[in-house]
Amino acid sequence: MTRTIGQRAAGLLPPWTAVAAAILVLNLLSWSFGQAPAATLSTAIAGSWGTMYGVGQVLFKATPLLFAGIAVDVALRAGMFNIGVEGQMAVGSVVAAVVATVVPVALPAPVAISIVLLTAAVAGAIWAAIPAVMRVLLGAHEVITTIMLNRIADALIAMLITSALALPGTVRTADMPANTLLPRLQVWIHGFVGSAASVAFPLAVVVLVTVHAWLKLTRSGRETVWVGLNADACAAEGVPVGWRRWMALTLSGAVAGLAASGTVMGYKGYYEMGLGAGAGFGGIAVAFLGRGHPVGLLLAALLFGTLAQAGLAINAQVPREAMGVLEAVVIIATALATAWSPAPASRTTGAPEAEP
Amino acid sequence: MSRLFTLTMVAETLRIAVPYACAAVAGVWSERAGIVHIALEGVLLVSAFGAASMTIATGSPVAGIVAGMVTGVAFSLLHGTLAARYRVDAIVSGIALNLLAASGTRFLLRALYDSSSNSPSYSAFRIGPTGASGAALLARALLDPVTILALLAVAATPLVLGRTRFGLRVRACGENPVAAASAGVPVVRVRLTALAVSGAIGALGGVHLTFDQHRFESGMSGGRGFIALAAVIVAGWRAWHAVLACLVFAALEATQILLQNQKVLPHEFVQMLPYVATVVILGFAAGRARAPAGLGKHAS
Repeated sequence: MTRTIGQRAAGLLPPWTAVAAAILVLNLLSWSFGQAPAATLSTAIAGSWGTMYGVGQVLFKATPLLFAGIAVDVALRAGMFNIGVEGQMAVGSVVAAVVATVVPVALPAPVAISIVLLTAAVAGAIWAAIPAVMRVLLGAHEVITTIMLNRIADALIAMLITSALALPGTVRTADMPANTLLPRLQVWIHGFVGSAASVAFPLAVVVLVTVHAWLKLTRSGRETVWVGLNADACAAEGVPVGWRRWMALTLSGAVAGLAASGTVMGYKGYYEMGLGAGAGFGGIAVAFLGRGHPVGLLLAALLFGTLAQAGLAINAQVPREAMGVLEAVVIIATALATAWSPAPASRTTGAPEAEP
Repeated sequence: MSRLFTLTMVAETLRIAVPYACAAVAGVWSERAGIVHIALEGVLLVSAFGAASMTIATGSPVAGIVAGMVTGVAFSLLHGTLAARYRVDAIVSGIALNLLAASGTRFLLRALYDSSSNSPSYSAFRIGPTGASGAALLARALLDPVTILALLAVAATPLVLGRTRFGLRVRACGENPVAAASAGVPVVRVRLTALAVSGAIGALGGVHLTFDQHRFESGMSGGRGFIALAAVIVAGWRAWHAVLACLVFAALEATQILLQNQKVLPHEFVQMLPYVATVVILGFAAGRARAPAGLGKHAS
């Protein structure tokens, strides 16, 4: 599929519109707060990409967003809308934190870390397998089931934490042993000292590349993309549509579960209520802005990571809640620009069937 | 158990049911017109904020109701404009608007009241007898102007949707927008009108929430919009059934509040029930539950 330069430029319209809209709204918000917009913007940039520490924090904030973005994207490729990434991440995080405390302390770190990562992924996959099975076998639309499962995960985790898992008087689990913690990047890059960026970020990039290699290079991956583009044609060709959908949604949940690496294993060393909350919904914005392209997803995750970190930096001038508003603006601007985009051929992701 | 069959229980159930029922009926209006509406949560939140800030500014709860409804209608129309007019995927628009409502109200809370958790308290309506007896509670709940407006809206919805020309047009847009358009129905305009109605009714739920607490709290919708969405689906997109589902859940929550000291069930477990019920019912009835056929479709 070769595209002309004009079509490529048209395909890049939505992300640029979104970034422009975000900067415009940030300026308006800071202006309404009686701040010089340029000053807010420069504080925001200085607080994020201005220092090595800031860069490290951006990578740290971008890590769960990248996992979530990949997760949403995989499902979207198969024509499904996984709104349940938030819940799958939470389930993966709790399971990681609990499993880590029972892994033998004597195990070498690589083995222990692999075990914890694997169980986090499996937990996320199982939580996503419920809507996947319901979609494929029963025809229940995944948008509704995943919204409901997010709330169920919230309540279930709250119940488990307060009744069994939490240390007395707290809402957090016990400390994980050292052999299950991911090393921080400051071990290799000294400028990152003090920032919470960990090996989880390169891990997310590896997952990103692997997932996209699967989608591009393997038969099952390519069939998944076809199912997203035209399920009826695939069914007529004998592609196992239901199985591909099930696989995509379950894989999506597994990737979401891996987000525990950035928060639980690379940062806190335990799970506490609300840890990493919101990244699942941020991942939807990342996936939309990334437009089904690995580089796009990475850049989108970095953009939102920057927004999150910059939000902390500008908090003295403009409330950091402004950043949530910006996320919403980015989603709306991307969606609007995509809807208006003159080049429908640039559509790389399947459109989810709207039904609920 | 005797505590459960009292006027207090009835009053509590009614009080708790109002926001759920308003959001559910708002969902019915939107979805019967063919616009998926997962931003009911956002409608509750922004209208609660609109009502609270106006009541604080003017001291008049009537102005608060008006402001809440205006906010709800505007927010709902934004969803409609994106989804019906500009054909943005309604699910994407809904996610973005929920995000906008959650962080936007927190932003304004900081901007206006310099607090990240709640607005100052204000006094809303004080109508009806004082006292803590069940009868007094019920009288107060029934005489509350927001509740009365909500009851009227809930009662009128099936009639308007089912028996009027306008209702027929709304349902036509929801069932088959292409056919509706070729019969001369201005699909986009009808859908926007339906969303304005939806926003106004949903706003009553938000207004009730904040008037009940006498202040605005960050995130005070607390998932009620999602429960209402669940009720709409479980009810097969029928207003009365959805309200009934909301009442059942409200009764459950009232039980929970009245039996608080007895620890029958953990609080989180009760919170979880409507969602579990929705998933189970969707599992059994996905084939039979009939959504409006034109949901998410456009006229051309």
